[in-house]
Amino acid sequence: MDQMKKKSFVSVADLSKEDILRLVKSAESFEKNPNRKILEGKVCATLFFEPSTRTRLSFETAINRLDGKVIGFSDAATTSSSKGETLKDTIKMVSNYADLIIMRHYLEGAARYASEITDVPVINAGDGANQHPSQTMLDLYSIYKTQGKLNNLTITMVGDLKYGRTVHSLIVGMSHFNPAFNFIAPEELRLPDIYKQFMEEKGLYYKEYTDFSEEVINGSDILYMTRVQRERFTDLMEYEKVKNIYILKNNMLKDSKENLRILHPLPRVNEIAYDVDDNFKAYYFEQAKNGVFARQAIICDVLGTNHPPAP
Amino acid sequence: MINKKELQIAALQNGTVIDHIPSDQLFKVVSLLGIEKLRTPVTIGYNLDSKKMGRKGILKIAGKFFEQDEINRISLIAPAVKLNIIKDYEVAEKKLVQLPDELIGIVKCNNPKCISNNEPMKTRFKVIDKEKVTLKCEYCEMKTKKEDIVLL
Repeated sequence: MDQMKKKSFVSVADLSKEDILRLVKSAESFEKNPNRKILEGKVCATLFFEPSTRTRLSFETAINRLDGKVIGFSDAATTSSSKGETLKDTIKMVSNYADLIIMRHYLEGAARYASEITDVPVINAGDGANQHPSQTMLDLYSIYKTQGKLNNLTITMVGDLKYGRTVHSLIVGMSHFNPAFNFIAPEELRLPDIYKQFMEEKGLYYKEYTDFSEEVINGSDILYMTRVQRERFTDLMEYEKVKNIYILKNNMLKDSKENLRILHPLPRVNEIAYDVDDNFKAYYFEQAKNGVFARQAIICDVLGTNHPPAP
Repeated sequence: MINKKELQIAALQNGTVIDHIPSDQLFKVVSLLGIEKLRTPVTIGYNLDSKKMGRKGILKIAGKFFEQDEINRISLIAPAVKLNIIKDYEVAEKKLVQLPDELIGIVKCNNPKCISNNEPMKTRFKVIDKEKVTLKCEYCEMKTKKEDIVLL
């Protein structure tokens, strides 16, 4: 990202390897010392045109721990956009009040457009099915933290690889670090071709499976689980056939690597059995906690705020 | 050496000659350039013999010089087109139409959930493959193949 221009955080595709490493290091320093007065006197707007409690609370916690003030809304039904106000007008209005805009929108490309029409930095907290880059940063930070590095890891992704935007963004984010990928999904929810082409262009190794086997788990450093949703299937017979295949159970982990960690963007339904929760390799709850530190790093990065590393 | 063809072109005092238009795209080009709205003389040649193309279309438009974004509009459907800019009966300039790196306000995004289809704003596409004519919406990031391109 250009340091001279106003910075926004809109898409994982905009991030260079250096950007990712800088943000990961910054998140690490916030984890050591999360309560700092960096945003004192700053007003941050959280504009949630569609509800997302988890993401909003994570961002607002990040702001509160940095001593910033929060304004905003958590549902567009209570705002003028329900009266037909354009996004442009809402953003222009909020730009008069806030030093930073964090926005979630049901339309794809909304955050990019917002970043073009305001001088205030914009952070994308999810735009439809397109991007959710702060989730990707917390995934990357979780991988870095549990493996001590981002380079040369084997990452196995399981479940809905067709519609799962966290899967797609993580592929793009990890592509700077020479990963090897395994993709485990039912026929109907296979990874779309454009991402395979992307990996081929980058010269990255990947392999696809329909079987969720211990053999693949045993070769992995990261197991990234996602939810297989019933409503994604056109053929419900097909759903009935596959719904119990992509469930991780504790006994499947007995020969897995010591450093293996299990990630999940949450919420989970039944794709990770509860007996896995007590395994030290289960990392999904800490992963969610990392979201606050990753978002503190993103906020300070777009505001260009200097923050010395924690002692 | 002056041959008959060049004489026909030179017959324009000032204007633009657009040559090598694929015949099947000719009337789309006419409509995209808004030629039916012009009040100056226009000659439309359709299904003319061409050594290179078999059949081609040609447009001779008097008193009209096109802006870059007007030319960009035709580059999407007729990329091999040649423009001759005629000034004072002479070919003052020859232009090859080329796809620009970015298309602003020309192509519609095919994603109904794209912000550009829901706000009063101009669309923006990056041309990510000039040979195959593949576009990528700069807002929703969806790719559009040549055969799926819809002009605004």
